[in-house]
Amino acid sequence: MNKRTWTALSGIKFDAGTLLLSTHRLIWRDQKNHECCMAIPLSQIVFIEEQAAGIGKSAKIVVHLHPTPVSKEPGPFQSSKNSYIKLSFKEHGQIEFYRRLSEEMIQRRWESMPVSQSLQSKRGSQPGRVRAVGIVGIERKLEEKRKETDKNISEAFEDLSKLMIKAKEMVELSKSIANKIKEKQGDITEDETIRFKSYLLSMGIANPVTRETYGSGTQYHMQLAKQLAGILQAPLEERGGIMSLTEVYCLVNRARGMELLSPEDLVNACKMLDALKLPLRLRVFDSGVMVIELQSHKEEEMVASALETVSEKGSLTSEEFAKLVGMSVLLAKERLLLAEKMGHLCRDDSVEGLRFYPNLFMTQS
Amino acid sequence: MAMSFEWPWQYRFPPFFTLQPNVDTRQKQLAAWCSLVLSFCRLHKQSSMTVMEAQESPLFNNVKLQRKLPVESIQIVLEELRKKGNLEWLDKNKSSFLIMWRRPEEWGKLIYQWVSRSGQNNSVFTLYELTSGEDTEDEEGSIFVGVS
Repeated sequence: MNKRTWTALSGIKFDAGTLLLSTHRLIWRDQKNHECCMAIPLSQIVFIEEQAAGIGKSAKIVVHLHPTPVSKEPGPFQSSKNSYIKLSFKEHGQIEFYRRLSEEMIQRRWESMPVSQSLQSKRGSQPGRVRAVGIVGIERKLEEKRKETDKNISEAFEDLSKLMIKAKEMVELSKSIANKIKEKQGDITEDETIRFKSYLLSMGIANPVTRETYGSGTQYHMQLAKQLAGILQAPLEERGGIMSLTEVYCLVNRARGMELLSPEDLVNACKMLDALKLPLRLRVFDSGVMVIELQSHKEEEMVASALETVSEKGSLTSEEFAKLVGMSVLLAKERLLLAEKMGHLCRDDSVEGLRFYPNLFMTQS
Repeated sequence: MAMSFEWPWQYRFPPFFTLQPNVDTRQKQLAAWCSLVLSFCRLHKQSSMTVMEAQESPLFNNVKLQRKLPVESIQIVLEELRKKGNLEWLDKNKSSFLIMWRRPEEWGKLIYQWVSRSGQNNSVFTLYELTSGEDTEDEEGSIFVGVS
């Protein structure tokens, strides 16, 4: 590509650019500013003529154009007085370019080849997918995605519903066997009965016999409660007599290894601790946090020591308090909230966080 | 300019600027706020204010402590004052209010007592006489200082 200039004789001049010839267009691009680019479709050219170079004049090609079509794409000018443009070749290449341009004009290849890509034409649609731009396109994509997800989920749940049907059959089966045990006590040995009952229990299916006998709490939960009392005594003492229920859950299941407890079973078992007069109890705070306490543990008394600690330091956040006393932040916060409820502490809630102060409103006049 | 105002200890206590959830504590807190508002307005001779002014005023905004009473809590304090008879809303939107650091009944009582003492029952006299008369320059007169 040689260097050319593109001149329009109505006085508008474009200098120092590169002229490119394609099968469809004549393109001029500013050398310095690559974003400045103009094109004329070859179909607009009526004919071309040469102007030889002279003294002080460079060689030129004059390109005569058809009148502006209505569907003209926006260009540097909407219209011009002249129906031609002059290409001025400052350096060289005019002859070669003229020759090539004439060839293209003769061959008129743009008529036989389809337009490859232009900014305004729509791309051909690919089979099976509709392309759209803008918000409609985005919405369509989202809709497609949603349908896809829906489909996946339904497929996944198909298996689950099949499983549930099987499970239902199993439950029916075990119920019928349990009933048979109840009726024909003589046919099966004691041992087998007990073993079968324990299988049922470990699957989480309550023994219908004992449920009737013991009322609301099941035998299973009661046994479990007694077991928990045994397991948790030592850890509770280590942790100052109080543990959150989540801590208990983790501890117990880790110890069991197999036959893990479900959260519901744990909670139900803990609810029976007090009734069974075991040395632990379940306590639910106002915020909904559940803890296991030793019966000997008096949270209200701990509040008095909390007040002392806070007073010593002037004020404390839950985190600071937890660190000082060596408790989990959750339990520390509950203790401070309890102290506030009892009127020993008051709060300062600001962008700096939640701090607790000794309740001077009450103690100071 | 008002004489130097002495802030109560609560003003330097950060929890004062948080509405306390404990009911008993809150009662004490609101009582302290009410008396602070009244003494502040009395000393600064401010009888009316808008809620916007109140929010930015040093009364509810302790810049040094970096604490300010949030607007919902200010509303609660103002409502307390209104219930006690020390405040009247000047508009329906509750955007500006009148502060009476002495309730109208209290004024009435004081005036009546003074009038009785100076033996001027059943005679008419002006507010000017009341606030600047020679008779009022004694102890009782100081009661009437600052009446607008």
